[in-house]
Amino acid sequence: MNFDPRYSSRSFASVGTRPIRPDGVDKVTGRARYGADFNMAGQLVGRVLRSPHAHATIRKIDTSKAEKLPGVKAVITAADLPDLTDGDAAMYDILDNCMARKKALYDGHAVAAVAAVDARTATQALKLIEVDYEVLPHVTDVDEAMKHSAPVLNDSIFTEGVEEKPTKPSNVTKRSQYGHGDVREGFAQADYVVERSFKTEQTHQGYIEPHACVASVSSDGTADLWVCTQGHFVYRQHCAQLLGMEASKLRVTSSEIGGGFGGKTHVWAEPVALALSRKAGRPVKLVMTRDEVFRASGPTSATSIDVKIGARKDGTITAAEATLRYSCGPYAGMWAELGAMTAFACYKLDNVKTVGYEVLVNRPKTAAYRAPSAPMAAFAVESAVDELAKEIGMDPVEFRIRNAAQEGTRSSYGPVYGPIGIGPTLEAAKNHPHMKAPLGKNQGRGMACGFWFNFGGQTCTDLNIGMDGSVSLAVGTVDVGGSRASLSLVAAEELGIAYEQVKAVVADTSSLGYNDMTDGSRGTFSSSMATISAARNAIKVLRERAAQMWDVPVDDVVWEKGHAIAKGEKYGNLAALSLKEIAAASGKTGGPIAGHSELVADGAGVSFATHICDIEVDPETGATRVLRYTVVQDAGKAVHPTYVEGQYQGGAAQGIGWALNEEYIYAKDGRLQNAGFLDYRIPVCSDLPMIDTQILEIPNPNHPYGVRGVGETSIVPPLAAIANAVSNAAGVRMTHIPMSPPRVLAAIEAERGG
Amino acid sequence: MAGVAVSTTINGDNVEYLCQPDETLLDVLRDRLGLTGAKEGCGTGDCGACSIILDDRLVCSCLVLGAEAEGRRVETIEGMAHGDKLHPLQQKFLEHAALQCGICTPGFLIAAKDLLAKNPDPTEEEIRFGLAGNLCRCTGYDKIVRAVQDAASVMKGA
Amino acid sequence: MRYIRPLSMEDAVGQLAGSSGTAAILAGGSDLLVRMKGGFIEPDLIVDIKAIDGLGEIRETAEGFSIGAAVSCALMGESVALNREWPGVVEAAKLIGSKQVQGRCTIVGNLCNASPAADSVPALVAAAARALIIGPGGRRTVPVEAVPTGPGKTSLAKGEIIEAILLDRRAPRSGDAYLRFIPRTEMDIAVVSAGVNLTLDEQGVVKSARVSLGAVAPTVLLVEEAAEALIGRKLDEAALERLAKVCSGACRPIDDKRGTVEFRRKVAGVLARRAATTAYARAGGK
Repeated sequence: MNFDPRYSSRSFASVGTRPIRPDGVDKVTGRARYGADFNMAGQLVGRVLRSPHAHATIRKIDTSKAEKLPGVKAVITAADLPDLTDGDAAMYDILDNCMARKKALYDGHAVAAVAAVDARTATQALKLIEVDYEVLPHVTDVDEAMKHSAPVLNDSIFTEGVEEKPTKPSNVTKRSQYGHGDVREGFAQADYVVERSFKTEQTHQGYIEPHACVASVSSDGTADLWVCTQGHFVYRQHCAQLLGMEASKLRVTSSEIGGGFGGKTHVWAEPVALALSRKAGRPVKLVMTRDEVFRASGPTSATSIDVKIGARKDGTITAAEATLRYSCGPYAGMWAELGAMTAFACYKLDNVKTVGYEVLVNRPKTAAYRAPSAPMAAFAVESAVDELAKEIGMDPVEFRIRNAAQEGTRSSYGPVYGPIGIGPTLEAAKNHPHMKAPLGKNQGRGMACGFWFNFGGQTCTDLNIGMDGSVSLAVGTVDVGGSRASLSLVAAEELGIAYEQVKAVVADTSSLGYNDMTDGSRGTFSSSMATISAARNAIKVLRERAAQMWDVPVDDVVWEKGHAIAKGEKYGNLAALSLKEIAAASGKTGGPIAGHSELVADGAGVSFATHICDIEVDPETGATRVLRYTVVQDAGKAVHPTYVEGQYQGGAAQGIGWALNEEYIYAKDGRLQNAGFLDYRIPVCSDLPMIDTQILEIPNPNHPYGVRGVGETSIVPPLAAIANAVSNAAGVRMTHIPMSPPRVLAAIEAERGG
Repeated sequence: MAGVAVSTTINGDNVEYLCQPDETLLDVLRDRLGLTGAKEGCGTGDCGACSIILDDRLVCSCLVLGAEAEGRRVETIEGMAHGDKLHPLQQKFLEHAALQCGICTPGFLIAAKDLLAKNPDPTEEEIRFGLAGNLCRCTGYDKIVRAVQDAASVMKGA
Repeated sequence: MRYIRPLSMEDAVGQLAGSSGTAAILAGGSDLLVRMKGGFIEPDLIVDIKAIDGLGEIRETAEGFSIGAAVSCALMGESVALNREWPGVVEAAKLIGSKQVQGRCTIVGNLCNASPAADSVPALVAAAARALIIGPGGRRTVPVEAVPTGPGKTSLAKGEIIEAILLDRRAPRSGDAYLRFIPRTEMDIAVVSAGVNLTLDEQGVVKSARVSLGAVAPTVLLVEEAAEALIGRKLDEAALERLAKVCSGACRPIDDKRGTVEFRRKVAGVLARRAATTAYARAGGK
């Protein structure tokens, strides 16, 4: 397909406007259907039995009593999900996480499931399942898990990425390293060196909609799955592989999704629901409770990070080094590696080295959470950067501007940057009125920068033109925050028609080619690229049809503002043909008019942001209050600026919650203490101020309109920005996230020497 | 376990149903009556996604038994618009993009409606504290607060 | 499981006393339904007391106020007379949960749930509120602090129901206040809390005082030594310092998911001092 995805400057008619989203009315009237809002005739209720132990061998499971309970239609254990992964270790981990096979590896690990005629019967049946556990020693803390004395979760794990293969298994699955230059030499040149250790606790994406699905497996081997997911094509692949089905026989429909933020990129309950349905011969609805979401979905890593940065008196950083330890839950991941890649990505460094360690612990399997792994690394690095600026006696913004990466800079993780936004966001922050606003007593200001790669990936889009001239756009990237509006704008822009003439839908897996998930901030980036490509293909057909209607060579027909125009003086009298007119004639000119696109959306432009915040600290209680918050971020090109602002504000709010109050709290017995919204404290409306936004547009050279992903970067700077503000307000450096009131008060008291 | 026969009024309509004694009104609305606009985000009164109005009081329907609705008046999101005319709050939520994923939206709209009924001219702080029982994880609340402010000024003018 | 909705107190008491298995009283339901949902309780009988005549009312009598067991905290917030006389009690009641929970929850339920962190209880204890109990043996009245005996446990006998909470009329120059510490601005359970109730003489000297602390011991504490720190003095800095010190010292807290021992000790004193300052101002002290 001769699609040129390169950026070209142009003026826009639709892109950049702020229309109402196509799915809006359904969502304000309660009509929109989310994961748990769908039902099938004859459906059963599924429920999952979960391990109360952090680490235990499963000796035996007796399901006979549960099976005999009237109303129970199926009971399954790992035996009903045989291992079909054929040596694929990553898939085996997914299978084992869906249903524990030999060992329960965390509090909440699924060990059995039932399907019954109603919820009461299913719950009773769970109580009748007898599991014989041999409780094992457990470890939940990332630093503890790395010690030689720690209980080993998986004795087939030998650390990868070290020069000599270890002789003993350990909880460290992998060591990774990034950087260039020579940090020893760099530190030797430094006049000032800051060295600090930091910790961050585990947080959850905290989407308001619990995981939910309805699975229906027929005896002929076909199946339907309705599910809230960020990627129904990936769910289809994983479920089909785990259940031994052909992918095309499993149709997955993505419901409206009530938030995901990375947490709905993994299958947890869906293979279980399918296995229950297969065994019961009836549809099964499986909805997690909030308690199950916290205990058994995929929170982010807890971390322990050491940072060392050196600089000359003039403010030039000479060397930067970090060691990052990230918890993965009980299965291998690449979370520390992402932290090691992103840690110093904002800066132009001659000597940089980062080392990441992936650490297994008895906690739920880590999943992606919005720019996964970057916020913790940024917290550690940006805290140390602030401290270093203070030691040198430089303004923290000036210090960052002096060391900011630029076009042509070799990034700390390898590639050389194209045009990027770190410098412009810093300049904008420096000139923002927020920076000059006065502060009161016990108040402090902090700022910090953040980076995220963004992702493109496999994308497929169909654009069908109806005979009435209206346009149906079928995309395969799940709409998590308004992308149907953005993609409709892009289709309207390309075709030269009104936004209202386009209707975008998210197609099911049987109606469209494969799409990667909506993750990596790729939804609007990649699907807009595919939509532009599809629209251009449709325009080619429209021109051909117009040429046919006029009986002129197609090369003489151009497409402008929604019309075919015959170019050249000889066609002077031919009135332009509108899309509607060409569509109306399509039945006589060759049939339906459509444009399709299948592509790999390479070249997702990297994204940078700078945040500023003001915090007030109550020195007697350690309570914090966010007084003011400003986000400056590069969007490349904001397709629907209101939804771009929404992404900036939402990421900042999640970061604020993470920085101040959110954390997984485990007791000594390895059980999660706060598996609910009462004690897992996400910000409420009265906790936050308005969140100001400033959108910068530094075009991404690899997208026709210059679009960059915008969804994730906004959660990267807040931990650090708030830590810097709290540290400035309280007069003591905060090194442990969340900065909950007991931690802040303890730090203040320690500083006072009391 | 004996079912409880309940006769109640939902969005102005007389409704009768049979429910279990321990069944919540939220489950009755969603599973028995097909009114899935109220959502279960937590089931413990901590998120507000299941907000309804029960005899002029804003409540979480997950903390009300279906049996308790006997003889009372229930208002849900499904009754908020008049025919095809949206309530000003619904309209303003759309215009301000006060929703991203939208799962919390029905609860916010019901809570905001109750807030404006009791306080037609709230300050930003009153809106923030008035809506503190409704969790939103997508928006950072900024656009929600602005939508409620805008709706309040439209409703005062009406 | 059965659900019943008696129309009289006598019927409710009879049903409860005659029940076999677990019986639960349903007023606001904001604790009961959460416990049922979590599988912590499976009552055989649910007695909904909201249809009982008078239980949903706040009555003003010559002696003071009678707050019925089915009165929601939202309704308490709307009572002008109660707000005027007992602002500390009302502000405590209005801190429980969200607006949604306010529409359902009751102070009797809050008391009987017997959580050490219950918001309304320290304020009621400071206010010397009494619980009017009806049971198979007739009616009796006890100080509210006698109702909870430990986390989740009360002194109520089988068949007994708290019918109302009684608050006295205020002497002139009286004021009360309640403060709690929570990490967020709303929706949390108190990490530590303090209630202060004062009456002043004409010179602004504290004549009588009651100081209570929540979430720092298995039950709400009435700290008599803290009251003594205030009585006979104006609220000068020394009196406040002494109050804070005594309150911190009276705590017997634990480390848990909501706070640490050190944090609770320290903040108990801070909150008591701040609540005393507010109560003093409400009493007209300068």
